[in-house]
Amino acid sequence: MASNKDLFEYLLRLGDNTLIIGHRLSEWCGHGPQLEEDIALINVSLDLIGRSRSWLTYAGEVEGAGRTEDDLAFKRDDVFFRNNLLCEQPNGDFASTILRQLFFDVYTYYQYTELVKSKDTTISAIAVKSLKEIEYHVRHSRDWTLRLGDGTEESNKRMQSAINNLWRFVGDLFDMDAVDENLMAEGIACDNNKIKTLWEKTIFEILAEANLKTPEKAFFAKGSRVGMHTEHLGFLLAEMQYLPRAYPTASWS
Amino acid sequence: MLNKEFTMQDSNQGILWEVFIQASPGIPHKHAGSLHAQDAEMALLSARDVYTRRSEGMNIWVVPANSITASLPEDSGSFFEPSNDKPYRHPTFYKVPEGVKYL
Repeated sequence: MASNKDLFEYLLRLGDNTLIIGHRLSEWCGHGPQLEEDIALINVSLDLIGRSRSWLTYAGEVEGAGRTEDDLAFKRDDVFFRNNLLCEQPNGDFASTILRQLFFDVYTYYQYTELVKSKDTTISAIAVKSLKEIEYHVRHSRDWTLRLGDGTEESNKRMQSAINNLWRFVGDLFDMDAVDENLMAEGIACDNNKIKTLWEKTIFEILAEANLKTPEKAFFAKGSRVGMHTEHLGFLLAEMQYLPRAYPTASWS
Repeated sequence: MLNKEFTMQDSNQGILWEVFIQASPGIPHKHAGSLHAQDAEMALLSARDVYTRRSEGMNIWVVPANSITASLPEDSGSFFEPSNDKPYRHPTFYKVPEGVKYL
């Protein structure tokens, strides 16, 4: 039997994923490789952070302890964050950011396609609303992957080293525990095994077309389900949370 | 001093594209601006991001800027001035029917 605690946990996973990778993308603001791409990356970033607002607001309601989206975003420490390890990885070069985004966009595409069928009507509604922008995100990261992978010797080398570096965080995306199983039994959560099969098929097709390879042997890091993150998340949160923690009463007006 | 491979001169920003946006069905595409991209597909994506994020349009054309042939300023005398003293060429003697928006 799924409890409210399970649902809260599940919503944090969804909301933290988009918040953390959205914040990472926002770090490109003013640093994009060309003006047009700078704008494109920040548009994606805004879409992701906007989606986090829906998830975290709902998470706060489900928890019932009076926490708002801002409380959840800015007043939790790293061990309470439930985003996948992939999302918090540093931007690196442009190839690395595009590859991380490709892995994430294809993942969320299949995940949200499943969540549209969720028996929780709020989850389903957020998934429906997000899918159109996700389709665009996939197109953006796929198009760049093809051009960089199948571009120059230098761009291919950078994409390949991004894959070699980030591949170990792929397993964590599909990790499941009792929270998933309890919610799946009630038709609320989606089956990550199903998403994994679809994700692999699409990613392998794109990478093959882009002249890129996945590592033959891999160790997969895990831990996001229980708040065990890589060392990068703490630094990200220190920057993201600094202002509301230093000036708790600050407001826009 | 930046590493040579990262300087603006060396980084390939792609060719220049002119962007035309159609705001609603039935009306002409209007020039919105220009951007740099490596190929047509990326130009289309960038145009969407740069020019249509606030519901400005429903259709986009991108055209390589070097495909456009423009008249030259020094031609303007022979091109445009002869029509200045021929008012009968202008449709100013008609009344515009009420309710016609895009004339």
